Amino acid sequence: MSATTTNARQGGKLSAGNLIGRIPTLGVYGVLILMFILASIFVPGFTKPQNLTNVLQHSVVLGLVAIGQTFVILAASLDLSVGVMISLIGVATSLLISGRVSMILPAVIVALLLGILLGLINGLIITKLRVNSFIATLGMMLVLEGALFSRFDNFAGRVPRQFEFLGYKTVGPVPVGVLLMLAVAALAWLILRFTKFGHHVYGIGGNAEVSRLSGVRTDRIMIGAHILAGLGAAISALFLVSRLRTAAPWIGKGLELDSIAAVVVGGAPLSGGRGSVWGTIGGVLILSILNNVFNLLAVDAFLQDVMRGAIVILVVAFYSARLRK
Amino acid sequence: MDNLQHPLPSEAAVSLQGQAPISSYILEMRNITKAFPGVLALNNVTFECRRGEVLALVGENGAGKSTLMKILSGAYQADSGRLILRGQEVNFEHPREAQLAGISIIYQEFNLLPDRTVAQNIFLGREPRRGPLVDQARMVQETARLLENLGVRINPQTMVGMLSVAQQQEVEIAKALSLDADIIVMDEPTAALSTYEVDNLLDLVRRLRERGVTVIYITHRLEEVFKIADRVTVLKDGETVITTGCADVTRDDLVHYMVGREFSHYFPPKARQEDITDVVLKVENISTNNLLHDISFEVRRGEIVGVAGLEGSGRTELARALFGAERATHGSITLNGKPARFRSPRQAIKSGVGFITEDRKKEGLVLMLSVRNNVALPSLPARQRIGFIRMAEERSLVANYAELLDLRSVNDRQEVQFLSGGNQQKVVLAKWLATQAKLLIFDEPTRGIDVGAKAGIHQLMREIASRGVGILMISSELPEVIGMSDRVLVMHQGTIVKELPGADLTEAAIMRAATGTDATNGSQQGVSR
Amino acid sequence: METTTTARPSTERTALQRGLRNIPVIYVVLLIVFIAIAIIQPSFFRPLTFLGFLKRAAPILVVAFGQMYVMLSGEFDLSVGSLITLLAAIATNTINSDPANVGRAFLFMFLIAVLVGVVNGLITTQLRVPSFITTLGMLLILVGMAWVITKGAPRGSLTDNFRIFGRGNIGDIPIAVLVVVVWAALGVALMHFTTFGRRIYAIGGNPVASRLSGIQVSFTKTMAFVLCSVSAMVGAVLLTGFAGVSGLTVGSGYEFQAISAVVLGGVALTGGRGNIAGVIAGTLTLQAMFSLLNFIGFPLPIRLTVEGLILIGAVALAAWRERRV
Repeated sequence: MSATTTNARQGGKLSAGNLIGRIPTLGVYGVLILMFILASIFVPGFTKPQNLTNVLQHSVVLGLVAIGQTFVILAASLDLSVGVMISLIGVATSLLISGRVSMILPAVIVALLLGILLGLINGLIITKLRVNSFIATLGMMLVLEGALFSRFDNFAGRVPRQFEFLGYKTVGPVPVGVLLMLAVAALAWLILRFTKFGHHVYGIGGNAEVSRLSGVRTDRIMIGAHILAGLGAAISALFLVSRLRTAAPWIGKGLELDSIAAVVVGGAPLSGGRGSVWGTIGGVLILSILNNVFNLLAVDAFLQDVMRGAIVILVVAFYSARLRK
Repeated sequence: MDNLQHPLPSEAAVSLQGQAPISSYILEMRNITKAFPGVLALNNVTFECRRGEVLALVGENGAGKSTLMKILSGAYQADSGRLILRGQEVNFEHPREAQLAGISIIYQEFNLLPDRTVAQNIFLGREPRRGPLVDQARMVQETARLLENLGVRINPQTMVGMLSVAQQQEVEIAKALSLDADIIVMDEPTAALSTYEVDNLLDLVRRLRERGVTVIYITHRLEEVFKIADRVTVLKDGETVITTGCADVTRDDLVHYMVGREFSHYFPPKARQEDITDVVLKVENISTNNLLHDISFEVRRGEIVGVAGLEGSGRTELARALFGAERATHGSITLNGKPARFRSPRQAIKSGVGFITEDRKKEGLVLMLSVRNNVALPSLPARQRIGFIRMAEERSLVANYAELLDLRSVNDRQEVQFLSGGNQQKVVLAKWLATQAKLLIFDEPTRGIDVGAKAGIHQLMREIASRGVGILMISSELPEVIGMSDRVLVMHQGTIVKELPGADLTEAAIMRAATGTDATNGSQQGVSR
Repeated sequence: METTTTARPSTERTALQRGLRNIPVIYVVLLIVFIAIAIIQPSFFRPLTFLGFLKRAAPILVVAFGQMYVMLSGEFDLSVGSLITLLAAIATNTINSDPANVGRAFLFMFLIAVLVGVVNGLITTQLRVPSFITTLGMLLILVGMAWVITKGAPRGSLTDNFRIFGRGNIGDIPIAVLVVVVWAALGVALMHFTTFGRRIYAIGGNPVASRLSGIQVSFTKTMAFVLCSVSAMVGAVLLTGFAGVSGLTVGSGYEFQAISAVVLGGVALTGGRGNIAGVIAGTLTLQAMFSLLNFIGFPLPIRLTVEGLILIGAVALAAWRERRV
């Protein structure tokens, strides 16, 4: 018997020391709580209500796009174009509204449609043209960035006060944005847990071949996942525009990497098949708290980048070391 | 040789197109032939299976069992022949078609998703719905019912990755049943199970039979055949030897049917006593984490030591442990008197060991590189000066080996992926010879190679040995083992159960040891003399 | 009786057709682009102008060679752009308008480049983090460090004896072009005449067989990363020499350009196939394409869009060809 076959039958070995690894979400929230406690003790000003609200607000933009990215990573794919998508959709929304209240609703609809369309294109390139997702979404990112920057190089459009509710209003003590994020997260969770589509996303991420043999339509599921990523970007863009009261071609820059980081920190391996929306939210909160702590401690903004980069690497290394035991 | 025992006329399927058959045969495979480049895997095989029986399919490695079942399951298409299922002629172009027709195969590599629960795995692609949503409760309920009916005690909400191998297998069987399979093929189901788990599985198979499911049970373990099967079919060299009731044969009979063939070609003469000199490899009490335990033997310069055994007996693992590709946990290995528990292939190569792997395309060659690059690869350090390769030296080296191995007609710039199997194997051989290895380990040296090239490789192996190289040859082809070995070590379940001298070797003797048949007759741990 | 198993279906092709079929597509595309330019702006091909074109393409050429080594071994390096930015900042700060410091500047740049390469390599091979995550994280780290070092505004400026590599000429030939030629020649020598080069190709083609043939895969891959970073250093010298300024966007986007060029040049995404000539063709095609867009009058950012489209197209084409065989 070849060595590979022997290893395939080591099913039991995977289970042994891996209990914590199998409940990633719990682990993530454990880390989160730990961080919260440490920050409360050691960082002055952290627990002030205003500060905590800030942390939550800053989580919304990343949270919304990371929820979309979760679907894609669960399906063992990747979307590097969501950052530029946010910029593009943001600029389009802001321009369409141009200060007119009557245009708000149409603009929102257009934004969502744009997100769906761009996600669809990504999905098609990956499934029909057989281009791997890294290159496909990288290429898309370049295409959109070029198109966007050749037309705009500054702030564009503006939104009236009526649209600011997304970014600024609160319901009681809770900002609307946070409620939006939680609502979207809940919806995503529902989809993943209770729909065939959701089950199949986990399926193709876990083992595309096995899924195909079980009758799962792998191409469609993949396209669907990318469409949801596009939608996540669109909703995030809407929130961002509401907060900025305008838009610019660079507002989404870097969010693609951050969203991947959040998903990975939240316990979903890049190889797909495992993870959850709540894990991602936990990852988003961890990154937000980190951000916040650095700001409060007056750590250089770009030193933060250094730390973030190191953290992403360490987290992924940690997970892959786990998996290989 | 014995011919196929034809069923009595009254039992035969009268399956003309469209006419309802009066048959107790649920499945008939008639005149199946399948050839691969250089190898005729199945030659006019006929295989019949009765409804609700447990039919064992036995034969040595390469007899054609897997190929036959892959055709049944739609993974391969036969070159010729017919497949008749429940009286209707069918043709499967894709595994899913076979699945929908009620045939399920459980392979040795499970088709399960480790990060999903048992219930989610079983219902993948067919999740039960309530309205637009998946009915989780019903999924769990039905899975529980399914498992209970099978007498399997597993919680449907457990992650598959957390289950033991035996339990995962039970889940696979449950999944097959949930797809309404009434023919389940099991390919070596007990290879990785403990004795206790084996008994569980056999009980499960009996329960399946009670439910009217037909089970085709491929195994090497003859004792299981007699414990569980109603009838047994023996394949040999791609042909059906016999199909008979288990009550009508003994284990020895089966062994006899599985082997026993005429000499199809002549092997080079074996080594004389004076050609075999000092010990080059000495292995004492080697064990690994996985399978191997208490292995001890010696190999001397000038001799070819054959290693026989069935799939799963640990031969390849032994080779990998010797080569540093896998860890040996206990015991000692000595090469030319020096300790040699290598921790990487690089160390092994430096010390003069070469390993011709079983799967040359995956492990032995870099397919997109040229012949020359492949041949030069392991011995690169020997021909370099400050990192730069001495090209002239390399050219002549490659030319020399091309001459020696009769690869002259091949352009050394040709990518190896375009060569025939025989020539590819010669390239592999050349690359190890170029390292001046003192010990060569061959794993299935002539697999997938046609008869003409086989003889060439055998000749080469003998020549290499006569130049003072020690050769350890793992092979599943008994004629090869018998024809080439100066001594034979037979492995069974991770250890050496018998050592046989090179003279008067018989296939039956080897097979008996390999199947553990004469374990009760007192097994000897071979320590070479 | 030996049968030759061919990977291609046997057809009645003439030797000429087979020969033509084997010419990598990129040379044909390069030819087409040159022809298009010749039609629209023939003055492009005047010797001095063309040399100027090559001079501008020099930095990316060198960086692309570096990326090639990494990609041949089956990995990616996304950190080269930010490495260039960091090295430029280090150079500017060290030189600080004093020509005597140039030697030290080169030394520091070299040491940092080697360090980054080693870290990239070790994390990828020892911690088993997928290389694009490793280098993505490194990208953030390096950008952060560049900012931290310069605090947003680089100190001093580069002196002429530093800039001469990127800017100066010997007679009519730009020194930058000579540097490229030397670097390319070294690359060819490395890949085709040294054990290291052979090992890189082997690892990219089949890492398992390579290990079983005694190759130290981890070490070789790490060396490839180091070569990539050192190439980035050379690119940084040429680039800042030419441009003069060391803004913090100096190297941004370079990694994607390099990857596009390498993929265009015929290096398979999984590694094992490709050569310097192809990479040169790929890079020049991209740069010529940009010039063409310029001549036609498209705005600058459109080059990103074109790059994205070409990248997707190249990989899709390669995927399609592989399936037809």
